[in-house]
Amino acid sequence: MRALDRKLVRDLWGIKGQVLAIGLVIAGGVATFIMSVSVLDSLKITQAVFYRDYRFAEVFASLKRAPESLKTRIQAIPGVRYVETRVFAPVLLEIPGYPDPVSGQICSLPDDGEPVLNRVYLRQGRLIEPYRVDEALVSEAFAEAHRLKPGDQIGATIRGKKRRLRIVGVALSPEFIYQLQPGAVIPDFESYGILWMGRTALAAAFEMEGAFNTVALSLTADAREAEVIDRLDEILERYGGLGAHGRKDQISHRYLSEEMRQLQRMATMFPIIFVGVASFLLNVVVGRLMAIEREQVAILKAFGYTNGAILTHYLKLVLVIVLVGVAGGVAAGVWLGQGLGRIYMDFYRFPFLIYRLRPGAVVAAVLVTAAAAFLGTLYSILRAASLAPAQAMQPAAPARYRTSFLERLGLGRTLAPPTKMILRSLSRRPVKALLTMIGVAFACAILIVGRFFSDATDYIVDIQFKLAKKEDLNVTFIEPTSERVLYSLRSLEGVRHAEPYRWVPVRLRYQHRSYRTAIRGVPEESTLYRLLDQDLRPVAIPEHGFLLTDYLADLLGVRPGDTLRVEVLEGRRQTLEAPVVGLVREWVGVTVYARLGSLNRMLGEGRAVSGAYLDTDPPYQQAVYDQLNRMPRVAGVSVREKGLRNFYETLAKQMLTFAFFNTLLASSIAFGVVYNSARIAFSERNRDLATLRVLGFTRGEIAYILLGEMALLVLAAIPAGFVIGRLLCAQMIAGLQTDLFRIPLVIEPSSYSFAATVVLVSGVVSGLVIKGKLDRLDLVAVLKTKE
Amino acid sequence: MLSSARPLSDSERLFEARRISKVYDMGEVQVHALRGVDLELHPGELVVLLGPSGSGKSTLLNILGGLDRPTSGQVLYRSQDLAQASDRELTAYRRHHVGFVFQFYNLIPSLTARENVAAVTEIARNPMKPEEALALVGLADRLDHFPSQLSGGQQQRIAIARAIAKRPAVLLCDEPTGALDSATGIVVLEAIERVNQELGTTTVLITHNADIAGMADRVIHLSDGRISSIERNLNKKRARQLHW
Repeated sequence: MRALDRKLVRDLWGIKGQVLAIGLVIAGGVATFIMSVSVLDSLKITQAVFYRDYRFAEVFASLKRAPESLKTRIQAIPGVRYVETRVFAPVLLEIPGYPDPVSGQICSLPDDGEPVLNRVYLRQGRLIEPYRVDEALVSEAFAEAHRLKPGDQIGATIRGKKRRLRIVGVALSPEFIYQLQPGAVIPDFESYGILWMGRTALAAAFEMEGAFNTVALSLTADAREAEVIDRLDEILERYGGLGAHGRKDQISHRYLSEEMRQLQRMATMFPIIFVGVASFLLNVVVGRLMAIEREQVAILKAFGYTNGAILTHYLKLVLVIVLVGVAGGVAAGVWLGQGLGRIYMDFYRFPFLIYRLRPGAVVAAVLVTAAAAFLGTLYSILRAASLAPAQAMQPAAPARYRTSFLERLGLGRTLAPPTKMILRSLSRRPVKALLTMIGVAFACAILIVGRFFSDATDYIVDIQFKLAKKEDLNVTFIEPTSERVLYSLRSLEGVRHAEPYRWVPVRLRYQHRSYRTAIRGVPEESTLYRLLDQDLRPVAIPEHGFLLTDYLADLLGVRPGDTLRVEVLEGRRQTLEAPVVGLVREWVGVTVYARLGSLNRMLGEGRAVSGAYLDTDPPYQQAVYDQLNRMPRVAGVSVREKGLRNFYETLAKQMLTFAFFNTLLASSIAFGVVYNSARIAFSERNRDLATLRVLGFTRGEIAYILLGEMALLVLAAIPAGFVIGRLLCAQMIAGLQTDLFRIPLVIEPSSYSFAATVVLVSGVVSGLVIKGKLDRLDLVAVLKTKE
Repeated sequence: MLSSARPLSDSERLFEARRISKVYDMGEVQVHALRGVDLELHPGELVVLLGPSGSGKSTLLNILGGLDRPTSGQVLYRSQDLAQASDRELTAYRRHHVGFVFQFYNLIPSLTARENVAAVTEIARNPMKPEEALALVGLADRLDHFPSQLSGGQQQRIAIARAIAKRPAVLLCDEPTGALDSATGIVVLEAIERVNQELGTTTVLITHNADIAGMADRVIHLSDGRISSIERNLNKKRARQLHW
C-alpha cells in the first residue's frame, strides 16, 4: 500500500464515528431507492409476464344479457383479435365454520379447454372437468383467508338457489390481481371471493343459457382501442351494455398502476432528501478535515505532490464513505425490497414474484451519491490543494466574530457570555447553521410523511364509515326490485331500520366531457347514509336535481346551477337532464346523488329499489343474515364492521413495517446531522472549551455552550420540519388524487408530536455522545498548542 | 469544598508541596516528569520557575493549578490537599482561587475583551469589574474589540486581566511571553508585575528565559524533574529594566 493510502485509511479511522453517521444517511437514501426501484421493476416484470402468459385481455365490457351468437359480430370489429364471452354471476357463499356473510363473484370458464383470454393459473388441485356442475375453482387469496383446499365443500346461493360446490383447485388470474368487491376500498379476502365454474353449469344456475353478460377482447397490433370500444358499445347497447373500457380502467389493473405510481414517487423523493443531507454532511466534515490537514497538504506539496494528486487523495476519502453507504444501502434495499415485495403479494395476487434488481439501479445509486458527495466537498478540497505551500504552513487566520444580530437589536446586555458565544457562533456561519437546521427539519418531515398515510386513512374511515355511512348491513338485489321488498326486510327479526336505495349505472355528459358512474337514489330522510358537504356538515337531498361528489364536479367541469346530461345505461336507456344543485365531499369513489322518489320518476319507473341498508340488533345479526341468504333476489350482503376490521388488520401489518423502517431512517438523518455538527463544533472549539474548563467552568457549563447551540438548532428545526413535512405530504398526494380515491391532507397532532419526539431523542443521543467527549477533554494539552 | 480566601500573614505558606512526583505511563515507557519535589509559596511573592524543556516546570504548574494530580506526595493549599481533591473540587478551586495565563493567550474568539473577562467574573465570588481589570493592564480603551482585532501583546494582557479579575489567591503564568517579541513581552511582564504589587497576588511564572528571573522574589531552578536550586533574588529589577 502506498504511503498516501495508508494515511487515507488512518484518517478515515480517526473520523470513524462521522464516517458511520454519514454512511448511515447515504445508506438510508440508497436503501429507499433500491427498495422502491427494485420492487417497481419486479412488479412491472411480473405483471408483464403474467399478462402475457395468461393472456390478459385489452378491452372489457359488461352488459345485461346477449345471445352467444353476438360473438361473431364482435369478432368482426376491425382490430379485434380474440373474443372471450363469459358469464359473471354474483354469489352468496357459506363457508363451513365461518358465521359472517361472504359474497363473491363466479366467473365462467369454457367447458372445453382453456379460455383464449384471461386464463387462470392453477396453484393447487386441477381444472374443472368438462360439464361438471358442482365443481369450482377458488381464488388463492380467498382460499388462504378461509384455509380452503381442493376437496372442501362450500355452500353457494346463485339467484336464490342454494347448491353445494366442491373445490377442485386454487387459482389466480391476471384479471383479479387486485381483488376488490365492487364499491369497496380495500380488499377483504374473507368477505369477498372470486370463484370459477364451468360455463354450462354457471349459465344454468344464473339463467344465462346460450348467453353471456361479460366480454373480453384482445386487439391486433394495429388496432385503435378507442374505435374498437366505440364499435363494441354500439353492438352491446341493445343488450344492456354498461360501456366498454380498456385496460387502464380495468379495476385490478388500475389499482396496480396507482400503486406503481406511488412507488415511483417514493423512489425519487426520499433518496433526493437523503442524498442532499449526506452531501451537506460531507461538506461540513471534509471542510473541517481540510482545515486540520492544511499543514499536511502544504508539506505534501512541498515534497512535490501535484494538486491533482492531493485532490485525488481526498476525493478517494469521500468515495470510501460513499461506497460504505452505498454498500450498506444496497444490502438493506434488497432485503427491504424483498420484504416489501412479500407485503405486496398479500394485496396483489401474482402467482409468483420475479424479484429483479437491475445492475443499472445500483450503478445509478453509486453515480448519483458520488456526484452529490463530490459536489459537496470539491470546493474545500480544491481550496486547500491550491494554497501555496509556504502560505499553507502558516496557521490559518483566527476566526473572526462579531456581535450577533440579536445583540445588535439591544438584547445583548442581558445575556451571559456563554449564551453570547452560542449566538455569535451561529451568526458567524449562518448558512451552515441554516443547513444544519434544514437537515434536522427534513428528518422531522420524513417522520411526518411516514405517519401521514395512516392518519389520512383513519380520517377517511372516520368520515366515510362512521359519520357518513352508518349501516350495519348492505343488501344488494340482483335486479331493481319493488319497494315492497322493504316490508319483508323490516319484518325480519332483529332489523331495527331499513332504508332503500336505487343504484343506476349512467354516463354523465357535460360539454365535451363525459364520465361513467352511477346515480344513487337516496330517501329524503336518510339516517343510515348521510351526505356531507365540503365542511362535513350533513346535506339535505334536494327534491329535484343532483348532488355530485366534488371531485366528479371538477372532472366534468360543472358547478352548481349547471345542467347535466345523463345517459341511463340500463332499462330503457333514456337520456335525462337535470341541474346540479350542490356538491358533497367524499374520499372514495365518485357518485351522483338524487332523491329516490325523483329518480324513480325521472326513470319513468315505479317505486323501484336496488338495495337497502339495514340497522340491526347485534345479537340478531347472524339470524338476519341467514334469512337474507334465503331471499332469491339478494345478490350480496356485506357487513360494515367486518370490512373495517379486516381493513385495519391488513393495513396495520403494512403500516407497522413501514413506520418502523421510516423511523429508523429519519432517526439516522437526525442523528447524522446533529452528531456531525456537534462533533465538528467540538473539534473547532475544544480549545476554547478546555480553556474555560481551566478557568473554572464546570463540565455542565461548557456542555451548555456547545450543546446549547445544537439544542437551539434542533428546536428551531422542529416547527420547520412540521411545515416541510406537510409540504412533502402534499407533494406525495398531488397527482395521486383519482376518481378511485382521494387522499386528504390530514396530519394528526399525535404525528407531529411523534416526529418531534424522535428528533429530540436523536438529538439527545448525539448530544450525550458529544458530552462524553467533552467530559474527557484533555485540559493540559490545549494550553500548550496554538491550534 | 476548599476553604475560601482568608488573609494569611507573610510567614504563613499559601502552598506547601511535599515529595510530589508525577509519572506518565506512556504504554511501554514511564516518563518521570517530577521526582520528589518539595516547595513552599508565600503570600504575595513572585516566583519564577526556570528550567529547560522537559524539566517538569509545566507539570508542577499544572499540579499547583489543579489541572493535574501528582502520582504521589501532597500538595497543600491553605492546609487542604489538592492531591486528594475530586474533579468537582478541583474545578471549584480553579474557579475561585486560581488565575491562569497561557503562552497562546487562549482567549475565546467569539467574545470581546470585556466579555472574555466577564466570562470569568460572572462565575466568581468577589470579582472586580471587567473594565477595572482591563484598566489594570492598560486596555481600558479596547473593551469591545474581538481577539481577532487585537495584537498578540494586547491579547495576552486581556488574558492577564481575565486571570486576575476574580481576585485569585495565585496567578499562574505558563510562558506568558513565549509567543511575543521582547518589547511586547516586557509590556506584558509589566502588567503581571503591577498585579503582583497592587493586588498582592502570589504569582508563579514559568519561563526558560533566564533574563525574566530578574524580576522575581525567588527563582526556582528545575532540571530533570527535581529542584536543583532555589535562590532569593536580592537584586530585584523592575520589568521595564529587563531586556533580552
